[in-house]
Amino acid sequence: MANTTEPGTAPARKGVLAYLGSHLREYGMLLALLAIMIFFQIVTSGTLLKPVNITNLFLQNSYIIIMALGMLLVIVAGHIDLSVGSVAAFVGAISAVLTVNVGLPVFVVIPLCIVAGMLIGAAQGYWIAYWRIPSFIVTLAGMLVFRGLTLWLLGGQNIGPFPKSFQSLSTGFVPDIFGIDKPNLTAIVLVGAAAAALVWLAVRARQRNAAYGIQQEPGAMFWVRNAVIAGALIFVGVQLAYFRGLPNVLIVMSVLIVAYAFFTENTVMGRRIYAIGGNLKASRLSGINADRLTFLTFVNMGALAALAGMIVTARLNSATPKAGVGFELDVIAAVFIGGASMSGGVGKIVGVVVGAFIMGVMNNGMSIMGIGIDYQQVIKGLVLLAAVIFDVYNKSKQG
Amino acid sequence: MQPLLEMRSITKTFPGVKALDTVNLTVMPGEIHALVGENGAGKSTLMKVLSGVYPAGSYEGEIHYDGKIAEFRTIRDSESVGIIIIHQELALVPLLSIAENLFLGNERAGKGVIDWHETFAQTEKHLARVGLAEPPSRLVGKIGVGKQQLVEIAKALAKDVRLLILDEPTAALQENDSQKLLDLLLELKSHGVTSIIISHKLNEVRRVADRVTVIRDGTAVSTMDARAEPISEERIIRDMVGRDMAHRYPERERKIGPVLMEVKGWNAWHPEQTERQVIKDVNFNVRAGEIVGIAGLMGSGRTELAMSIFGRSYGRNISGSVMMNGKPVDVSSVKSAVGSGLAYVTEDRKELGLILEEPISRNISLANLEGISSGGVLNKAEEQQVAERYRKAMRIRTPGVYQKVMNLSGGNQQKVVLSKWLFADPQVLILDEPTRGIDVGAKFEIYGIMNDLVAQGRGVVMISSEMPELLGMCDRIYVMNEGRLVGELAASEASQERIMAHILRN
Repeated sequence: MANTTEPGTAPARKGVLAYLGSHLREYGMLLALLAIMIFFQIVTSGTLLKPVNITNLFLQNSYIIIMALGMLLVIVAGHIDLSVGSVAAFVGAISAVLTVNVGLPVFVVIPLCIVAGMLIGAAQGYWIAYWRIPSFIVTLAGMLVFRGLTLWLLGGQNIGPFPKSFQSLSTGFVPDIFGIDKPNLTAIVLVGAAAAALVWLAVRARQRNAAYGIQQEPGAMFWVRNAVIAGALIFVGVQLAYFRGLPNVLIVMSVLIVAYAFFTENTVMGRRIYAIGGNLKASRLSGINADRLTFLTFVNMGALAALAGMIVTARLNSATPKAGVGFELDVIAAVFIGGASMSGGVGKIVGVVVGAFIMGVMNNGMSIMGIGIDYQQVIKGLVLLAAVIFDVYNKSKQG
Repeated sequence: MQPLLEMRSITKTFPGVKALDTVNLTVMPGEIHALVGENGAGKSTLMKVLSGVYPAGSYEGEIHYDGKIAEFRTIRDSESVGIIIIHQELALVPLLSIAENLFLGNERAGKGVIDWHETFAQTEKHLARVGLAEPPSRLVGKIGVGKQQLVEIAKALAKDVRLLILDEPTAALQENDSQKLLDLLLELKSHGVTSIIISHKLNEVRRVADRVTVIRDGTAVSTMDARAEPISEERIIRDMVGRDMAHRYPERERKIGPVLMEVKGWNAWHPEQTERQVIKDVNFNVRAGEIVGIAGLMGSGRTELAMSIFGRSYGRNISGSVMMNGKPVDVSSVKSAVGSGLAYVTEDRKELGLILEEPISRNISLANLEGISSGGVLNKAEEQQVAERYRKAMRIRTPGVYQKVMNLSGGNQQKVVLSKWLFADPQVLILDEPTRGIDVGAKFEIYGIMNDLVAQGRGVVMISSEMPELLGMCDRIYVMNEGRLVGELAASEASQERIMAHILRN
């Protein structure tokens, strides 16, 4: 009965190394991302972190990250959504028809398309939540249905080009209010403020935890971690400033990341989604309306897939029948690389973002190196496998 | 006579913990040897050493089997000499037939092709030995737990068992199935099968065991011989907990108030078999400061009654009314039942009560997240404080409330579930088998917590299959049988015989 302490977490060891050892999972992926970036920075002779390429990295990966935020909730709740690529393509096609063929202005099209995405999510979530049809089946069906509807709506052709206002959703940049243009001072100021805010929030949380006597990482670790994050942010900001400033989509993505991180960690609803994924029956018997929550995670997923679909369409400047093919796999891979558990109940927004960037940097770096798409796929597959093996190994070590 | 098995100064260390400390165990051929001790005392670890789950070399000490030193590296090694363990969680495949399960991993086959004739003939033979009258082609999932236990034993017989080890074989069985199983053990003994039985039920130990070894904190504290004269339960308990337990149930000053909850005309039907009525016109009440017991055999509908009241979590076509403090309340969903002041602590902690992967603090707050949030935003610091408070009040033994509940012992897990429901501040708690699978020391603590609850003026409904516990704790006992309440007894007039009489008379 005294044996409730896990072996290996003896409270006596308190060094930075020991802490790293016991929280290997959380820092492991961040270190892996860092290592991958350094590797590609060297082998591409510095192309990876050039201003134009950093901008590209964000433009290329924004929609994966945006969908991964919703996918994390779906997976944490114990489900999966295979239809996001098709849904993104279908909503992209709707946006093209409304903008190009009907001629509606962008501020009407965007909300309409988001609502369309929510309705699609609701249609799938209804069967999953209230009829208990496995999500794998429902969304596999959705994947086929919405791909077919995309083809039908586009008549097998591309629709475009889009007016500038719609394109700015993806390829637009925040204008420099200081008017210097290069470097873009607005970018530097905004990113600097964001970095300062992050550090300030972290310090405040740390102080509050200390006041309540909650176990924390060692001080040195804390400051190094925050310095690295703030430094990386400012570096990225300055680099972007020397190209065209902050992409609009980066702003959208950042706001969503912060909002979802807050939602998952600090709200009652977020907590309940983790609970139903962790133990559905116990959650129901604790008074949680699991069906409704499951339904809502799919509605949310639909909305984010719709947003991602519009961003992709804006980036390509046309809606195509082939848009978004295979996105669902990139999105799901990002979530699992980020540490989510297949059986639900576990996973963090930060992990998902890191996971998505690991995939994104590898895609980008390998393309710059001129590695063929064949090898790229193999390598990405192996990285996904390695990340999950690392996870399982860590878990079994903890016992 | 030469012992069949001798384990000599077995020491097994896990990082930071000495699970077994120079344990000696001697088992004579043809005896039933009982191994008793609190949860976590080291009984299972000892049996894992014996069966090769922990391979030779990972522990210190020697195992002598049949006069020779034995070094088992895998379970196969120990099975090949006839040592078979039947674990508490049965290792049967529900979607395979009895015959297929019996020879799983031990198939009657030539060149990889199964000989079904041989398989079925052998199965018939072994089933007859254990007295199970089921066709060998029946799916294991279709027969009850008691019969599944017999299949496990038949499976052991099919492997030419010489030393049969049973880990809490009757924990999930009801009374008459348990009796049958114990009879079977005695019969196997008369045919020369030696057994080691791990059990918490001391009356069963006393009934079948020739010798009893008590394990406490990783050491074998005593071995008693029951053949010369019967061993008293008090003696065993004293050795198990290391202190005298004159009072197995803590004292309580009884202050019983007005009726808190009243259930009237409660009916419920089976969720799938629509013509089967599971709960039939049940009426009962609970007073403030009162512990009310519900006795009955397994399958009598006690859990179904509780769950159908608690937010219609079981059954269909539910009818009847629930009053709290004399006013009718809505219990149609778990949420409204909790809001009406009701809480239900499930029988199955791991499946229905806890999120094992999550820390203690998040489990405690789960049923009352409103209590630690405002406007839908959680106050995690407050959550932490709440958890700390219950950790102290309930004496949950853990390094900290951030610990995942899967790392806790059964008794401490039960305290977490109780904390969760106390934080929801109910007026009436329904506790379904609150001490199942919990060792003697932790049971005493759970009883103490129950006494505290009623001292605060709450009402407690206690469902239990252990009659001594009901008699020791309750002010009043309802007897349930086949979906009906068939009797009501005041504590002063209740006895095991009377409860059984009520059940049998119907």
